Amino acid sequence: MFRRERSIPLRGSAAALCNNLSVLQLPVRNLTHFGVVHGPSAQLLSAAPEGVPLAQRQLQAKEGAGVSPPLITQVHWCVLPFRVLLVLTSHRGIQMYESDGSVMVYWHALDAGDASLVQAVFARGIAASGHFICVGMWSGRVLVFDIPAKGPNIVLSEELAGHQTPVTDIATEPAQGQDCVADVVTADDSGLLCVWRSGPKFKLLTRIPGFGVPCPSVQLWQGTIAAGYGNGQVRLYEASTGTLHVQIDAHARAICALDLAPELLSAAEDTFVHIWKLSRSPEGGYIEVEHCHGECVPDTQVCGARFCDPSGSSFAVTGYDLAEILRFSSILSPVQQRKGRPNWPTCYKQRRIQSPTAHRSSPLPTRSCCQHTVSHW
Amino acid sequence: MLRAAWRALSSIRTQAVTQAPVLGLPGGGCAKLLSVQRDLPSRPGGLILRAARGYATQKPVQPSHEDDPLPSMLLKDYQDIPGIEKVDDVVKKILSLEMANQKEKLKIKKEQLMKKVVENPKDTGSLEARILNDIISTMFNRKFMEELFKPQELYSKKALRTVYDRLAHASIMRLNQASMDKLYDLMTMAFKYQVLLCPRPKDVLLVTFNHLDAIKGFIQDSPTILHQVDETFQQLTETYGGLSAGEFQLIRQTLLIFFQDLHIRVSIFLKDKVQNSSGRFVLPVSGPLPWGTKVPGLIRTFNHKGEEVRKAEFKHGGSYVAAPKEGSFELYGDRVLKLGTNMYSVNRPVETHMSGASENLAAQTQESIAPNPLAKEELNLLARLIGGMEIKKPSGPEPGFRLNLFTTDEEEEQAALTRPEELSYEVINIQATQDQQTNEELARIMGEFEILDQPRRSASKGDDLLAMMDEL
Repeated sequence: MFRRERSIPLRGSAAALCNNLSVLQLPVRNLTHFGVVHGPSAQLLSAAPEGVPLAQRQLQAKEGAGVSPPLITQVHWCVLPFRVLLVLTSHRGIQMYESDGSVMVYWHALDAGDASLVQAVFARGIAASGHFICVGMWSGRVLVFDIPAKGPNIVLSEELAGHQTPVTDIATEPAQGQDCVADVVTADDSGLLCVWRSGPKFKLLTRIPGFGVPCPSVQLWQGTIAAGYGNGQVRLYEASTGTLHVQIDAHARAICALDLAPELLSAAEDTFVHIWKLSRSPEGGYIEVEHCHGECVPDTQVCGARFCDPSGSSFAVTGYDLAEILRFSSILSPVQQRKGRPNWPTCYKQRRIQSPTAHRSSPLPTRSCCQHTVSHW
Repeated sequence: MLRAAWRALSSIRTQAVTQAPVLGLPGGGCAKLLSVQRDLPSRPGGLILRAARGYATQKPVQPSHEDDPLPSMLLKDYQDIPGIEKVDDVVKKILSLEMANQKEKLKIKKEQLMKKVVENPKDTGSLEARILNDIISTMFNRKFMEELFKPQELYSKKALRTVYDRLAHASIMRLNQASMDKLYDLMTMAFKYQVLLCPRPKDVLLVTFNHLDAIKGFIQDSPTILHQVDETFQQLTETYGGLSAGEFQLIRQTLLIFFQDLHIRVSIFLKDKVQNSSGRFVLPVSGPLPWGTKVPGLIRTFNHKGEEVRKAEFKHGGSYVAAPKEGSFELYGDRVLKLGTNMYSVNRPVETHMSGASENLAAQTQESIAPNPLAKEELNLLARLIGGMEIKKPSGPEPGFRLNLFTTDEEEEQAALTRPEELSYEVINIQATQDQQTNEELARIMGEFEILDQPRRSASKGDDLLAMMDEL
C-alpha cells in the first residue's frame, strides 16, 4: 500500500530522542519543511514534493551556564493564527525563531532552582494552542507563552502544575468553538496524561493515570487522545471523559512517535512503523481500529515519524544514526483511500473533499497547513 | 611433545639409577636420593634425609618419568643459539642429553616443569594474571569510584580516551599508539552494541552487572579486589536501583548520543552477523521481548462502561516471544540478559577494520610476545618469587611488558601511519591535582599489593618444586 520514495539526505544523523521529526507543510508554495535534532544542533531543510532538497540550515542550542555544549531535546513548528514560529527546546532553555529559522525571536533560560544535583534540567514537549505556545519542563510544569500577532513581545502567561515527573510530549487541537471542550493534552514520564481546556486561564479537565510506564508521545484529534507507551502499547481515550476506548499491543519496544491525521501512525524502536485506520461505529459510538499497513525499516531504531500531507497519503521517518529522512507514499489514489470510513462528522468530510488550496477560506486554522507567505530561504 | 620428552628423561633417570652413580656432582646426589626413596630404604644417610623430607612434605614425592626430555634434545645452554639446527649430526649428538650428565637432564626437566606451572590457570604469579589484577584494582580504586559516582555531565570523547589510556597503562603493560587506538575502538563499538540492543532502558544496569560478574571471575583469588568490586556493586544499586523507567530512558538516549556516528567494523561482530559490512548493527525482529511488554498483535476495544467488546488480531511483521523472567538485580543472580557477558569466552581472533587495512591479531596477549627474552623474564620472575635463583638485575628500571595488537612491530608502525585522521584521538594529559592524588594513591596501593601477595604465591606451588628446591 505504501512504497518507498527517494530519501532526503541530512548533514548530520538523527539523535536517539523521541518525536525527533517535525514537518511543516506549505501547499501554497509546494514545499515541505523538515526539522530533525542531531544532538547539540538541529537541522532544518525544505524539500520539493518529489523529495528534492532545496535549502538547509543548522541551528545551535544557545549556551547558558555550564561546561559542555547543551543538547537539544526537541524541535517543532507551531502554527498560530497569524504566524508560524519554530521552537527549539534544550538542556539550557527555550528558543523561538521565525519559521525559517533566520531570526531568534525569544529566549527563555531554564531556572534550575529546585533541581537536585542528580536531576537533569531540560525542556521538552512543544505545542501551539490558539495564540498560546505550551512548553513542558523537567519538573513537570508546563509553561504557557502568549504570542502576539507580530513582533518579539512574547510573554510567559501561566505555569501549569499537573505533573510530578518530566513532561515528554504535548498535543493540541484547534478549539471547536464550544465550551468545555478539551484541546490540550500533556504527557509525562510516569505515563500520566492531563487534559486541559485552553483560554486566558487553562483549566484541568481530567487526568488519565499511567502506572509507571512512560508515555513518550501523545496526539489529539477530534476529541480522541492517542497515546504511545514505553511498553509498546498504543491506547485511544475519549478526551472529555478520559475513558479508554482501544488498547493495541502494537510494538515490541518503546514507542517513539505518533501522528494522527486522520489515520494513526505509530513508530517504535523495534524498527517498525504501523498505520491504523480509525472509525467510529454508528451504534455505541466507540472507536474501531483496523491495521492498515506495516513497514519495517531494517536495522534502524526509528526516532521520529510524521505524515507529510493532510490526507495521510505520505509520511516521513527518521532513525538513530541515519543521515537521511526516509519517505513513503501511498500507491492508492485518494478516492480509494477514503473508502471504508463512512461515519466521520460532516465538517471533517467537507475538509477532506476540498483541495488543499481551498483551505484558505476556512475560518478554522487547520493543524497541518499554513496559509501565510513564508519567506523562502 | 612435552610428554614424550618427560618420558625420555625418566627412562634416562632409571638408567642412571641402576648404574653406579658417579658422585661429586649434585645431580648425582639427586639420583642417589631418588634411589634411596624407592629401592634402598635402609641406607643410613638416606634415613636422615627421609626424615627431613617428612618435615617438608606430607606425602612422599614420586617423580614421574613420563615427561623426561628426549635424549636427542640439546643441552639447555645450546638450545637457543641461532643456526644450531644446521650443525652437523655428530656435533648435535655431542651437545645432546645423550652424552650429558644427570644435572643437564634435570635442568631441562626443571625448565619444563616451571613452564607447566606458569601456564596453570590457578597460577596467580604469571604476567597475564598480574596485569589483570593491576588493571582491575586500579579501576575499582575507592577514590576513583567516588569521583565517578559524583553527578556530572557526560565526558567528552577526548576526556574518556585519556581515562582509558591511564587505566591501560596502570600495569606493566605498554601499548603503542596504534594498538591503543585499536583497543579503544574495540571497546567503544562493543559497548555501543550492548547499549543499542538493550530491550528496555533498565537493562543497561543489567549489562553493567554482567560486566561486574565477569570481572569477579577474573580475580577469584584476590579477596581485596573482590571486596572493592562488591562495594562498587552496592554503590551502583544505591544510585541506580531506584530510578524510574523514564529516567533510564533518558540515560540510554544520552549514552546513544555519545556513540552517534561511530561505525567501525569489528570482525568478531561481522563473523557473528551482528554487524553489517556498512558498520551498522543488526536489530533483530524476533526473539524475546523486554520484561513488561506484551507480544504485539492484539487490538482490544472497550465500550464506555469499560467492558471489552471486541478483540482483533493483526500481523505485526516480527516473530517475538514473551520474556521468561526478569533479570536479577541482586549481588548474585541470573541476569537472563546475555549482553555484557564475556564475548571472548570461546577463543577467536579479533580484528577492527579501518578503511582498507585488515590485520590478523590474536586475542590472547601471550601470542604476540616476542618469544625468547620475555619467556626468560617470566622464568626469572618465577624463580625470584620462589627465592631460588640469583638474578642479574637489569641496570635500568624493570623492562615491563609491551602489548602489541599486530603480528609484527613493523605492521604496528604502518598501521599508525595509515590510520585515517578522523579516527585518531589526541590524548590530553590533564595535570589536575586530583589526577596526581589518584596516581599516588594507586602507586601506594600497588606497592602494598606486591608485598602482601608474595608469600601466598609461593605457598600455592606444587610439591615437585619443593623437591627441586632441596637440591639447590
